[in-house]
Amino acid sequence: MLRTAVPEAKVNPEARTAHPPKIEVRGLSFYYGRFRALQNVNLTVRECQITALIGPSGCGKSTFLRTLNRMNDVIEGAHSEGAVLLDDVDILRPEVDVVALRRRVGMVFQRPNPFPMTVFDNVAYGPRIHGLARGSDLEDLVEASLRRAALWEEVKHKLRHSAFDLSGGQQQRLCIARVLAVEPEVVLMDEPASALDPISTLRIEELMQELKENYTIVIVTHNMQQAARVSDETGFFLNGELIEFGLSTRVFTKPADKRTEDYITGRFG
Amino acid sequence: MTVPATSPWNLRLVRRKATNGLLWVGAVVATAAALLPLGMVLYYVAAQGLSSISLSFFTQLPKPVGEAGGGMANALVGSLILVGLASLIGLPIGLLGGIYLAEFGNGRLGWAIRFTADVLSGVPSIVIGMFVLALVVIPMGGVSAVAGGCALGLMMVPIAMRTTEELVRMVPMSLREGSLALGATHWRTVAKVVMQAAKGGVITGVLLAIARVAGEAAPILFTAGSTQWWNMKVTEGPMSSLPVQIFLYAGSPFEEWHQQAWGGALVLVTMVLILSVAARYATRGRMRIVR
Repeated sequence: MLRTAVPEAKVNPEARTAHPPKIEVRGLSFYYGRFRALQNVNLTVRECQITALIGPSGCGKSTFLRTLNRMNDVIEGAHSEGAVLLDDVDILRPEVDVVALRRRVGMVFQRPNPFPMTVFDNVAYGPRIHGLARGSDLEDLVEASLRRAALWEEVKHKLRHSAFDLSGGQQQRLCIARVLAVEPEVVLMDEPASALDPISTLRIEELMQELKENYTIVIVTHNMQQAARVSDETGFFLNGELIEFGLSTRVFTKPADKRTEDYITGRFG
Repeated sequence: MTVPATSPWNLRLVRRKATNGLLWVGAVVATAAALLPLGMVLYYVAAQGLSSISLSFFTQLPKPVGEAGGGMANALVGSLILVGLASLIGLPIGLLGGIYLAEFGNGRLGWAIRFTADVLSGVPSIVIGMFVLALVVIPMGGVSAVAGGCALGLMMVPIAMRTTEELVRMVPMSLREGSLALGATHWRTVAKVVMQAAKGGVITGVLLAIARVAGEAAPILFTAGSTQWWNMKVTEGPMSSLPVQIFLYAGSPFEEWHQQAWGGALVLVTMVLILSVAARYATRGRMRIVR
């Protein structure tokens, strides 16, 4: 199969200087047993930018996302080749401390997955296990995290309530607050709005725009409009390959590859 | 639209309604047949036992044959001590084993443990008693509450282990991932998140395991023995219990003892019933937590 290389010149030179690379993926292949889920992926995630990954179901975009914080480690028979450099350090090497890595690279899942605890304890969970804060410092950290996740005003009187008392959209923002509480540098989002109603989705998208001031965000989404709306750069995956990667404004208006064009115009997927 | 009486549609409708009615009656009768003995047991035990229940039943020691009054205070306390010791021995093994099976038990060792637990839960309780007799009672030089606790605890292990495993497995993977993605270790995830979610169900399993062994007489008959006196030493000497006391009294030729046995049976049934209802109550919250 012909691989379409995107010329480097197509990457916005301005973005390159203002947003240095945060994660550089080099020749990444990933296997579930003998099945190759990712094939020689090369991609750069820039600091304080939103990078969107799109593609049909089973194309490998979620697998890719989960290699960035080694969440695939728990799957038996999975292994990877190539390198994922986070600030120039290869995180795929076996000696890397995954606990420390996951503190730096947080993750928000498709379905809100609050823990069966109070709202407060959900957010305090990460800081507690990492010993980041206690007592009134912990309370301040929880409040700050909830504020950053745009949830504080809605839950400030419900901190001692069960997290399940919140609506789906609130639960997802709680999960975002929970990730922010451990002060990560990168936030991975695996279809964070796909289980939510349109208004909650909008809130999450607005939140992402606020968060990108301080965090590097990588989002997997099924929703191409969402990718076009929120992201700075977009990668299109198909059958485990990264077909095209570049500025979202360009990928969605002038795709270089025929398959990308077919996908974004709705001819398949 | 009306259908003529002779049309095949009407015949089918009649047949369908008849089948439906017949099966409904059958289901109701079967349910009643299942519930009737249970109701009769409860009623009969209550009717027979209620007259023996008084304050002295709970506070006094048994009286010799021929003397009126007396109670089962020592057997009551003995049962509590035995079940307490059994829980102390059986529950930690059962709970930790169940967690191990659910979280790490996909290999050969897990298979072996699961198989052993299944076999153990099928072993007749009298055989468990024999086993503990040989392994604990004889080396210790006689029956004791500890030996009885070992026998009952051994019976609790497979019940607690398999219930815990099932409930821990029911906790959605997404909760585990949420915790792992925050940089928590596997054990911390299990202790803080998974067990929190499985708590209600695990409590149910524990209560059912306790209720299951509280009424057992066979395993403690010759490991804890019985006595007409108080014995507060758990490592030495016989320890009375309700089931054994009931067994001895019911088998005796004396009318007073028969009456006492009915009273003991009523107390035992009530205790088990309370445990079962508490277990039900604890499960109620589970669905909400685990979803």
